[in-house]
Amino acid sequence: MKEIIKIEELRREFIVGGEKVKALRGVSFSIREGEFVTIMGTSGSGKSTLLNILGCLDTPTSGDYLLDGVSVRSMSKNQRAVTRNRKIGFVFQNYNLLPKTTAIENVELPLLYNSQVSAKERRERAIAALDAVGLSQRLNHKSNQMSGGQQQRVAIARALVNDPVIILADEATGNLDTRTSFSILMLFQELHARGRTIIFVTHNPELADYSSRNIVLRDGHIISDTLNPAPASAREAFENLPTDND
Amino acid sequence: MNIANLLKIALKALNNNKLRCFLTMLGIIIGVASVITMLAIGQGSKNSIKAQISEMGSNMIMIHPGNMQRGGVRQSADDMQTLEVSDYEALGELPGVAAISPSVTSGGQLVNGNNNYPSSVYGVTPDYLEIRKFKVKDGAMFTDQDIKSASKVCILGKTVVDNLFPNGEDPIGRVIRFGKIPMTVIGVLESKGTNSMGMDQDDVVIAPYTTVMKRILAIDYIQGIFASATDENDTDATIEAITEVLRERHRLKPEADNDFEIRSQQELSEMMNSTSDMMTVLLACIAGISLLVGGIGIMNIMYVSVTERTREIGLRMSIGARGIDILSQFLIEAIIISVSGGIIGILVGVLASWLVNVIAHWPVYIQAYSVILSFAVCTVTGIFFGWYPAQKAANLDPIEALRYE
Repeated sequence: MKEIIKIEELRREFIVGGEKVKALRGVSFSIREGEFVTIMGTSGSGKSTLLNILGCLDTPTSGDYLLDGVSVRSMSKNQRAVTRNRKIGFVFQNYNLLPKTTAIENVELPLLYNSQVSAKERRERAIAALDAVGLSQRLNHKSNQMSGGQQQRVAIARALVNDPVIILADEATGNLDTRTSFSILMLFQELHARGRTIIFVTHNPELADYSSRNIVLRDGHIISDTLNPAPASAREAFENLPTDND
Repeated sequence: MNIANLLKIALKALNNNKLRCFLTMLGIIIGVASVITMLAIGQGSKNSIKAQISEMGSNMIMIHPGNMQRGGVRQSADDMQTLEVSDYEALGELPGVAAISPSVTSGGQLVNGNNNYPSSVYGVTPDYLEIRKFKVKDGAMFTDQDIKSASKVCILGKTVVDNLFPNGEDPIGRVIRFGKIPMTVIGVLESKGTNSMGMDQDDVVIAPYTTVMKRILAIDYIQGIFASATDENDTDATIEAITEVLRERHRLKPEADNDFEIRSQQELSEMMNSTSDMMTVLLACIAGISLLVGGIGIMNIMYVSVTERTREIGLRMSIGARGIDILSQFLIEAIIISVSGGIIGILVGVLASWLVNVIAHWPVYIQAYSVILSFAVCTVTGIFFGWYPAQKAANLDPIEALRYE
C-alpha cells in the first residue's frame, strides 16, 4: 500500500514567554493508504501540534514531512493552503459550519476555493458527499436548524467533498452524546471500509478499539504504536446501547 | 478563486447581516447624497447668476471718462469730456472688438398727443443692439445713413410704448416729441424684462448718437463707449488693447493715471462667481466630511466583522483559502457596501436636489462630474477603509483563528 504520510524526526518548538517549549521531540511514523489511525494523548502530549503539522496549518521546526510524496516543509504559505484544499479534509470538534448557511452550501465551500471546479460539478459533488454521510434529505437545511450529530455529518461531508488523500478528525465526537458519538464513529468506520485514510485525534482511550492502528503520544514522544487487526464494530456498540425511554 | 465565487461569498456574508449592512451603507448614502445635493445647489445658483449677468450683454466692455483733474480739482464723470467720437472710431479698428458703440444719454419727457412719460434717450450705433442683446421686434433699426445725417428717428422699448400708446396703437411711423424735438418711431424692441438688479430694461429709447449729440445735447464729446469682445476669454486682452490705444490717443505720460475707466461684464460675473464659488466649496467640504465619516463607519463595521468572524476565517483557511482569498472577500464586502451605498446615495441626492428645486424654488443643477466624482470617491473610500480590516483578516494565523472563542 502507498504511503500517504511519512514523518521523520519531527520536532516543533515554541517560544512562550521567553522560554522554549518543546511540543514534539522527534516523532517518526508513516501512514499507509486505507489506515484508520487514532492518535491519543493527554493534553500537553503534543497531539494538537502534531495534528496542525499533519494538516499543513503549521510547519515543523525540524524533521521532514512528506504528504502524498511531497515535502510540506519547503512549501510556501499559499502552497500549503492549496495542499489543504486538494489533499486534506478537516473535521473539527465544534463542527465549524458557517452560520445561517444551508448544508449544501457548507459542503460546497472547499470547492469554491478551487477554480478548476465548475458550479455544476461543485453542486453534484456536494450532493454526493451529503449522500455518503446519509443527509441527502437535508440538503437545504440551515446549519442552525440541525442537531449536533447532523452538523458533524455535514462537516464530514465537507471534508469528503474534495476527495482528500487523508481525513483529519480533531476530537470529532468530543461535543456529542454517547449515542451520537457512536453513530459518527460508525460513519468513520464505513468511510474506512470504503478505503478512506483517516487520522482521528482524541484524548478518549476507548476509541482505540475502533481503529485499525493506535499511536499514543506523551510529552512529545511516541510511547506506543500498535496495530489493531480486529477493530470493534461501532455499529454493534451503537445497537447495544440502552435506548432512552424517557 | 474567481471573481464570481468571491462575489458569491461576499454577498452571502452581507446577506447574513442585512440590518448592519444597511446601517453601514447609510453613512455612505448620506455622504454621497449630500455631496450631490450641495454641489447641485451651488452650481444652480452659479448658473442663475451667470444667466442674469449674461442677459445684460455679450462680453460687454464699458468705457467711461474718469479720474480727471483740472487745476487740482477732481471732476464728476458727467462733466468730463475726455472721450471723443474719434476714440470710438479708433477702437473699432481693434481685432478683439466684435461690436462697438459710443453712448450719449439725455433724460427728458416723451410726449405723444395726450400721453407723456419721462425716460432717457440713448444715442448709440446699430452695434448697440448686439452688445446689449436687444432685438428689434417691429419695424427696423436705424442705419449708418441715419447716423451720418443725424436723423430724427428712434426705437422704443416696451415700457415706453405702453405708456405713450396705452390704447395699443401701432407706434411705427408715428412722430413723438422728446422735449421739443419731434422724432419718428421706426421700431419697437423685444421685451427683456427686469435685470438682476431689478431695473426695467424695457424703459429705453434708442436713437442715432449723432442725433442725441447734435440735436438734443449739443455737445462734441461722448459720454461713454460700449464694446463687445469677440470671445469671453479675450476680454482681458481686449481691455488691455483698448487701454493702450486710449492712453496713446490721449497722450498720457507713462506715470499718469488713466483719464477713463474700463469695466467689463466678466469682471462683474467673476465678482459674483467668487462669492458663489466660496459657498460651493464650503458646502462641498461639509458634504465631504460626512462622506469621510461614512467611510470610517465602514472601517469600523468591517473591523468588528473580522473579529466576530475570526473562527469562520480560520475555517476558510483550513479548507484551503489563501490569504489573498480572505483579503479579497473582505475587501469586496467593503466595496459592495460602499458602491451600493454610493448608487443609492446618488439617487437620493438627485431626488433631494429635485425637492429643493420644487419646494424651496432654489435653482439646482446636477453636473455629471459631481455624480462621477462622488461615485469614484465612495468606491475609493470602500477600498481604503476596507483594506486595513481585510489585511488583518488575511494575516490571521489559521490555528489561532480556529481556536478563537
